Amino acid sequence: MTRRAWLHGGWLLLACALLTWLALTRGALPITAEQVWQALRGQGAANVQLIVVEWRLPRVLMALLIGAALGVSGAIFQSLLRNPLGSPDILGFNTGAYSGVLVALVLFNQSITAMTGAALIGGIATAALVYLFAWRNGVETFRLIIVGISVRALLMALNAWLIISASLESALSAGLWSAGSLNGITWAKTPPVVTVLLLSLLLVALLTRRMRLLEMGDDTACALGVPVERSRLWLMLLGVLLTAASTALAGPISFVALLAPQIARRLSGGEKGALWLAALCGALLLCAADYAAQHLFLPYQLPVGVITVSLGGLYLIALLVREARRQ
Amino acid sequence: MRQIRALAGSGILLLLLMALSLMLGAKSIPLSDVYHALTASCSSAECIIVRDARLPRTLAGLLAGVALGLAGALMQSLTRNPLAEPGILGVNAGAGFAIVLGIALLGADSPLQWLTLAFSGALLAALLMTVIGAMGGGRVNPVRLTLAGVALAAVLEGLTSGLSLLNPDIYDHLRFWQSGSLDIRDFSVLRTLSPAVLAGAALALGLAQSLNSLSMGGDMAAALGTRVVRTQLLGLLAIALLSGAATAAVGPIAFIGLMTPHFARWLVGNDHRWLLPATALITPALLLAADILGRMMVAGELRVSIVTAILGAPMLILLVRRQRGRGGL
Repeated sequence: MTRRAWLHGGWLLLACALLTWLALTRGALPITAEQVWQALRGQGAANVQLIVVEWRLPRVLMALLIGAALGVSGAIFQSLLRNPLGSPDILGFNTGAYSGVLVALVLFNQSITAMTGAALIGGIATAALVYLFAWRNGVETFRLIIVGISVRALLMALNAWLIISASLESALSAGLWSAGSLNGITWAKTPPVVTVLLLSLLLVALLTRRMRLLEMGDDTACALGVPVERSRLWLMLLGVLLTAASTALAGPISFVALLAPQIARRLSGGEKGALWLAALCGALLLCAADYAAQHLFLPYQLPVGVITVSLGGLYLIALLVREARRQ
Repeated sequence: MRQIRALAGSGILLLLLMALSLMLGAKSIPLSDVYHALTASCSSAECIIVRDARLPRTLAGLLAGVALGLAGALMQSLTRNPLAEPGILGVNAGAGFAIVLGIALLGADSPLQWLTLAFSGALLAALLMTVIGAMGGGRVNPVRLTLAGVALAAVLEGLTSGLSLLNPDIYDHLRFWQSGSLDIRDFSVLRTLSPAVLAGAALALGLAQSLNSLSMGGDMAAALGTRVVRTQLLGLLAIALLSGAATAAVGPIAFIGLMTPHFARWLVGNDHRWLLPATALITPALLLAADILGRMMVAGELRVSIVTAILGAPMLILLVRRQRGRGGL
């Protein structure tokens, strides 16, 4: 691991901490750091306690966790497929998860467990379908991505149809959610998603070394004793789980999975497969975007997906320009 | 020989679909009446339907199809990424953003103003993408070009949806433009945009030979006597003209520009001298077929972009499954 990567990682961590503090103190009711600290230890006034612990804390923690999950998921797929466009949002896995949720909304009630389950099933089914369609004596990257994009186009048509045919009430709540939003997250909604995300992240951490070896090419990895197909399947499954679970809670937030690994790659100084850096980038990106979405255009609150793409895109452009200057 | 047959076949298919597009709809009109309506002056209901509704619609499909197909093929060659298309690389987003800005700042409300806005927005986005992709040394780096396009698309889409969510009036206008439809009742739109499409198409076809050598890599192309930078810049200019005009005319229709170059490649191979004309014939055929199906399938018409996806996606999947041993990316 290079010194530069550590340094940038430190900065990112610091920025995340700063944003968390900002998100806890600022808002319609400004709260001092001291009050926040008291509330976190469970000794604050009842109303402060409610705002900090029940409203603001789950939101900022979920922004960090989901951002990290999306960043890691994107990094996995971009590394496996060796194409910057090969990220789960372009391949349609979060669209598939969203289809699952839409079906659950139209057919069943709106319980969060049902929605999480539906999102996971939708995401995994989409990935399995893509993999199956792309399989022909082995899976080739190019074929996989093309099939992924085609399936995504089909699913988007399906989603449009589901929204049209749903009752107005379901359609409205689904539509609001479709841009990706962290509004109204409470502790009660988080347990199923958090369990899936943390477990998947843990497993990914265990597989990081294999992923780095896979990047050297299938033959090299095989010679070094990595079971190629099995490792790839596991990594893909975990990547899909990360995307689908995030979608269940926050809607299809696009571009974080695409941008965070690209930014991380540029910050790491060429080190490949820097998953932890991609996780930090994703967390910071989503957290910053959520803060901006809440506070930039008061009294309006924008869906966070709208902001992530602008912020992340601008930053990637700046990095590209800087990289070009240096050459 | 195979190429000539493929081109002739696609050409006939396109003509057939254009005729069908004039005949079919909520009220189907026999071919003889269509011919009569187009050649002689008449004032029956059928004539008016054909001339004022179906003819502009068919021509819009032709124009937009040619433009989107060629732009997609050019983008895939220049970025050397088989997934590139105007929808992914920021050109559609540029057009949408320009319309939003125009409504918000200038109060633009006529279709012709939107047309100008969409065209200039798409043009600017394509140029910006080029500038970022080409920075740091003359030659355009394909990977950086792709990333620049994606990043630009992200920023512009974010700004567009942000602005439109904050302003219900803009949201209302944008909703109609964004649905992407061939149903335009106005020849002036077509008349304004066809020079841009023709110029872009001529430019693209003129570059075919240089694109062939460029596909072997920048250094190889230079060794073969191709002026790499000039080819890349002219290609990007053609992309800007073509996708700008198409987006301005019919709204953002994604996916089709990605899909049809692959069909064409399957039919005629990788030689751009055949690939580009074949794409220019297949894309409008597919677009018109999707439009006709959308008219017929449900009572209230289905959006053409949805039908394109339903129709094209399985075809593309089948195609990449049949294709054998095409090298990686």
